[in-house]
Amino acid sequence: MRLTDDERRMRDGEQGEAVQAAMDLLIRYGEVLGAERLVDTDNVCGANIFGPRQMQLCGHAGPDAVFSEFSLDSPEPVEITPMRAQSYQLIGPMDTQHWQVQGLSQEAHDAIEESESYSARHGIHLMNTCTPYQVGNVPVKGEHCAWMESSAVVYVNSVLGARTNVEGRESAAAAMLTGKIPYWGYHLAENRFGSHLVEVAEPVRSSLDWGLLGYYVGELVQEGVPVLDGITEVPNLVKLKHFGAAAASSGGVEMYHIPGTTVEAGSVAEAFGPRRPVQTLRYGQRERRQTYQQLNSTAKDSDVDLVMIGCPHATLSQIRDVCRLVEGRRVHSDSALWVFTPRAIRQVAEQNGYARILRDAGALLMSDTCPAIGQFLPKGTRVIATDSAKQVHYLPAIMKVQGWFGSTEECVESALTGRWQGELR
Amino acid sequence: MRAAESTIMLHGRGLVGGVAEGEALVTRDSISGWGGIEPTGGRIIESRHELAGQSFKDRILVFPGAKGSSGWSGMFHMSRLAGSAPKAMIFNYMNTKIALGVVVTRVPAVTDLDQDPLDVIETGDWVRVDADNGLVVVTRGGRPQTGVGSRQRADGGSDE
Repeated sequence: MRLTDDERRMRDGEQGEAVQAAMDLLIRYGEVLGAERLVDTDNVCGANIFGPRQMQLCGHAGPDAVFSEFSLDSPEPVEITPMRAQSYQLIGPMDTQHWQVQGLSQEAHDAIEESESYSARHGIHLMNTCTPYQVGNVPVKGEHCAWMESSAVVYVNSVLGARTNVEGRESAAAAMLTGKIPYWGYHLAENRFGSHLVEVAEPVRSSLDWGLLGYYVGELVQEGVPVLDGITEVPNLVKLKHFGAAAASSGGVEMYHIPGTTVEAGSVAEAFGPRRPVQTLRYGQRERRQTYQQLNSTAKDSDVDLVMIGCPHATLSQIRDVCRLVEGRRVHSDSALWVFTPRAIRQVAEQNGYARILRDAGALLMSDTCPAIGQFLPKGTRVIATDSAKQVHYLPAIMKVQGWFGSTEECVESALTGRWQGELR
Repeated sequence: MRAAESTIMLHGRGLVGGVAEGEALVTRDSISGWGGIEPTGGRIIESRHELAGQSFKDRILVFPGAKGSSGWSGMFHMSRLAGSAPKAMIFNYMNTKIALGVVVTRVPAVTDLDQDPLDVIETGDWVRVDADNGLVVVTRGGRPQTGVGSRQRADGGSDE
């Protein structure tokens, strides 16, 4: 890989051992990728909040040692200096308000809280969400970024035209310290054109529809760049959030085009540019039903212990939708309703009275984490329900529970009655 | 029946240096890291994965590539620290998840082989990965007789 003079100085340790370790990691990573060079970035989203498990694996050698090993792949502890690039913390392991509900011990709470303040002291913005694009980090078209979080990457690449690959913890942390990332993959214009044409023959309207379509497309195109033709209704942030998250879970979609809606394609022809589709897929009623069945394949018992809304983190509009469904009613005594949102949006939800409506109904508005990332559920949970294709893809595998997938209305209703009665309409 | 101990040599691009040998665990399904593996035991946990429930610990993992969450590298990084990483990785499809994943797992890794390793290698074959030279040697049907130790494990692994 070709390095510039300032990159060579970083490699040689002129800016300290943390930057040196970061540059070493970027060089090893870039060479495996086959990247020719690095590119400057000033917009990095990563995940550097640690708990007791990581501290124990580092022999309790302190936060610099934990950051060195887990964030920089440096077994040698180095002294971590402030982040050079604008850096943002993604979703983390703990809700600072409801950590006891998560079942965390005081010791785990204190360790995670200390890790958060360590990140803050090093200049990492504590947004604590999988949806930075909801709360102030909205990259512009062409902006080179280095983001983790597959659902956020596919959103900012596709909807906004930002340029990032799906980074991992170590590469994102190295980008935070150096302001560099390998110039590879979706950083290059020629890799951003469509690969698969998806003829959408079935109306796609609700968030559920968009989740189903995303899950179907991801499974078939895997790492491809799907181009959706036949979308007749303009979606919104919530729907595209569900679509991208689903496509990045069943497959590895990091970029897609909806001609006329997403920024890099005004037409199908523009979406493919010089490429020709390697495959044409047709999404109709049969595909929609099959995908619904796949998403519900882990579930059989209709007693629902937990309903999870907010994967990726809920918008204010989604929180208000849930409020309208629960207002004046109560969550069933054998069930729970948890809604997850960024910390900043929970603040606004308090201001608007939404949080109170949820509390009055016996539901919980949580932030900063989710059951899959934090690995927590109400005690004794056997069956969950969610309106997120992504969450129902992951949570049953991670937590060994059954998972129902359905519309927001069906999910909330199952929390109020304790019974799953969803069906594909 | 395949001939016992016939060997096949594959050439490709070594990514992370080093030499390792062991029993192959082969899948045609891409692997998710976060939410797809449980790092302490090195076990595949994705519900609909063909290797669900099996462990790659101390085996040569042969697979198409990485998919899913950006937590891929973090999970394999954790499996190394927990002593449950694969001995080596052989894969076809390059992306950022697998690139960073092999770097932080710090085991020999090769890709771009001159024959599709998924066609050539079967679970239970004995595989030697020389990533310094981009070389993979496959011995059919398990560990060569000249080697030491047990000849072959059952297909599902025996890590319990």
